[in-house]
Amino acid sequence: MTNSFADFDKAKMFFVIGSNMTEAHPVASTFVKNAVNNGAKLVLVDPRRTALADFAKVHLPLKVGSDIALLNGLMHVLIKEDLYAKEYVQTCTVGFEELKATVENYPPERAEEISGIPAEQIKEVARLLAANRPAMLIYTLGITEHTCGVNNVMSTANLQMLLGNVGFECGGVNPLRGQNNVQGACDMGALPNVYPGYQKVTDPAAKAKFEEAWGTELDDKLGLMIPAMMDGLPTGQVKAFYIFGENLANTEPDIRHVEHCLESAEFVVANDIFPTETTRFADVIFPATAWSEDDGTFTNSERRVNRVRKAVEPPGQAKPNWWVFKQIAKRMGHDWESNSGQEIWDNEISVLAPSMVGIKFSRIEHDGLQWPVPDLNHLGTPFLHKDGCFTCGLGNFKAVEWTPPAEVADEEYPFVLSTGRRLYHYHTRTQTGRSGGLNDLLSEETADISLDDAQRLGISQGQKVAVSSRRGRVEVTAKVTPQVPPGMVWMAFHFREGCANWLTNPVYDPVSQTAEYKACAVKIEPI
Amino acid sequence: MADPSLILNGKPVEFQPGQTILEAAQAQGVRIPTLCYLKGCSPTAACGICVVEVAGSDHLMLSCSTPAEAGMDIKTDSEMVCASRRKTLADLVASGDHNCFVMDLPPDQWSERQFEVMLKPWHDQVCPAHGDCRLQDLVVEYGVSLQSQEAAPAERPLDDSHPVIIRDFSRCIQCGRCVQACNQVQVNRALPEIELEAPGKANGWLPVADYDNCTHCGECVQACPVGALFERKAYGRIHGHEATKVRTTCPYCGVGCQLWLHVKDGKVIKVTGVEGAQPNRGRLCVKGRFGYDFIHSPERLTTPLIKENGGFREASWDEALDLVANRFMEIKEKHGPDSIAGVSCARSINEDSYNMQKLFRAVIGTNNIDHCART
Repeated sequence: MTNSFADFDKAKMFFVIGSNMTEAHPVASTFVKNAVNNGAKLVLVDPRRTALADFAKVHLPLKVGSDIALLNGLMHVLIKEDLYAKEYVQTCTVGFEELKATVENYPPERAEEISGIPAEQIKEVARLLAANRPAMLIYTLGITEHTCGVNNVMSTANLQMLLGNVGFECGGVNPLRGQNNVQGACDMGALPNVYPGYQKVTDPAAKAKFEEAWGTELDDKLGLMIPAMMDGLPTGQVKAFYIFGENLANTEPDIRHVEHCLESAEFVVANDIFPTETTRFADVIFPATAWSEDDGTFTNSERRVNRVRKAVEPPGQAKPNWWVFKQIAKRMGHDWESNSGQEIWDNEISVLAPSMVGIKFSRIEHDGLQWPVPDLNHLGTPFLHKDGCFTCGLGNFKAVEWTPPAEVADEEYPFVLSTGRRLYHYHTRTQTGRSGGLNDLLSEETADISLDDAQRLGISQGQKVAVSSRRGRVEVTAKVTPQVPPGMVWMAFHFREGCANWLTNPVYDPVSQTAEYKACAVKIEPI
Repeated sequence: MADPSLILNGKPVEFQPGQTILEAAQAQGVRIPTLCYLKGCSPTAACGICVVEVAGSDHLMLSCSTPAEAGMDIKTDSEMVCASRRKTLADLVASGDHNCFVMDLPPDQWSERQFEVMLKPWHDQVCPAHGDCRLQDLVVEYGVSLQSQEAAPAERPLDDSHPVIIRDFSRCIQCGRCVQACNQVQVNRALPEIELEAPGKANGWLPVADYDNCTHCGECVQACPVGALFERKAYGRIHGHEATKVRTTCPYCGVGCQLWLHVKDGKVIKVTGVEGAQPNRGRLCVKGRFGYDFIHSPERLTTPLIKENGGFREASWDEALDLVANRFMEIKEKHGPDSIAGVSCARSINEDSYNMQKLFRAVIGTNNIDHCART
């Protein structure tokens, strides 16, 4: 997030796209609702009529995967009607002419054709955004989980820069991170292209810096991303696979393919707190400490490094994950000094990552600090690119064309399956499924369908249905709901039985390698 | 222009236009006791505890809902004020099954009353709020005597059908804090707006939940000043201040809510939000508040496991670590470092991810390290 959660209840205008906040980020959504109750305007863009629609001034139920067409359409109107932030665009950005040329081809009528949102409404929303600045743009996985995910992200940034909304309190581009520490895992360099603090492995200076810090030679080639790692298992390119705390056998698209890959591995190691569908494939499983059994930090969506504290003892012989990695390193000839979460943070991470130099455990006893925190007296950065002065110099418009999802509905598979998370469970339920009461609140997976489709197919509320795609078939309970538009099936991946990932399409954004969890073609039959 | 001023307990003080008497007093560090007041929400003016005496007025005023005015001469602790509070507190205790020590009945009646109440469901243990109850605290603070009070509470409904929240209206003091928490803070609108006949008189009204709108976040439980709303999972396991509170960060979504873990005998018994903390300011969702006990599951992995003959056998740390290190070295030797790949965990702490990527880069010698960064 460029901005902070503290902005939410102060904001006057929101543009929320691809984010079912009340279920996936419930507490953040409460502040949006507070703002709306105090007069803020909310534009909600989502194929489903999610709970936030009750608070929206306008809900745009666009067709799945048509985000770029809609966003380009909005920008077309802003430019055509001379409503964009001219001075900001001139002084703070580059690439406007290319953007202008691209969105020229997206008049509202064409945007309507692709997105299903009436041209008039696109014009109204463009004018509403122009008249209410800054707006906070909030997005979640509805933007990224597409084969055009990176372009979707670019497009949201284009809109916000064109409106002059980046660099101000209550503005910005704000992806709500799905997992508690996905921001942190990125910050730590658990990525194949960067060291901690986003220092590129291909940059000789960064490489030299880490070689000195770690006292060893490092490789300057980019590593593999998860989909390439998986695909490398059956081909033998990857022999050994170390899986730390991820239940890949349920979370990755096309479970049959995933399990085939895991089966073909020569050697699999897992750190986990429970046996999972994934640890079945391991040759060695290390029992790990869980949340509240070890001291360290999480970094939330707003870049805030927060303390995580040990409150209870781990069961049996379970050990901290950092300790496990340290022990393996030791047996491979590397003796690491740091011997606690605090030592790793204070003596290594905050020394090596320039944006976190000012963060030490002693400074985050209470509310944590939002990076960048360049020195020990710095109070953190609630919003980035202050006054449109972009960190990288000038804000870079990246004109992008709309592309459809890799698999679209056809005669044989006439529905679009979109997937995501529900309120009462988290991912594959390894944790929420073992927390008393939550299974009672949601005890099974459902296929959510519209009233129209239910009537047409003769499916009644609570009836068992088969949902199938070119990759698999699941039997689940139908949930007939006004939330879902005709032509769509919506499912989650919380339950192994009826998990949407038996059906999802293992196709990826070419840059981010994010899977297209939000769109594949399925059919649905009563059974 | 200087801020307007008023007289607070004989002392001239400034206040901000728009402040209530309560807010003006709080800004001066003068405490006025409250029960129904919930910071940041509109006052329900339901309990009548926060009364103050304003010179020239023939009746006491509710400080939570009376705007401060220039020149007001306010007494927050006069004898008239304290007498009124004692009366209000005595009435509140008598209005429900508040069978804790504040019930200073004569000994014979005390036992009888206790037995009567303890037979009711969810009353076999001491009150869930015991030791952490605003009503109890105020009764003690004001030395309220209940000896002459009629203690025959009306029959009130009990809602114990919910998986995680018990709503025992026999202890409800009809303050409406839960309603404000639900409707104004979380904005779920699952509780009916309070209906008052007069301050302190919500005759017949109860905050009965509409589960169609409820998201089970438990904000109402956190707001309840007494033992009417409580967590099923913590019932009878923890009282007042006997728990150690440990502040931490929620392990679910990317908001990073700040939580208090209430720990007793090596177990987390319940979770509450840290009031005033960024980013959640005390708020939690259903997962953050109720999704904690997986850590105590008997299904936890407790020992290293090595696969043998298609099954797993227990192993020592040394054996398992040696095996992994040796296999990695063999595979690296034979196929090169890029034949080893790793996926880190977006749920675990930064320090774990740091060490894992360091293991891959500095020890194994590959950049084949990733995590579910984009989902």
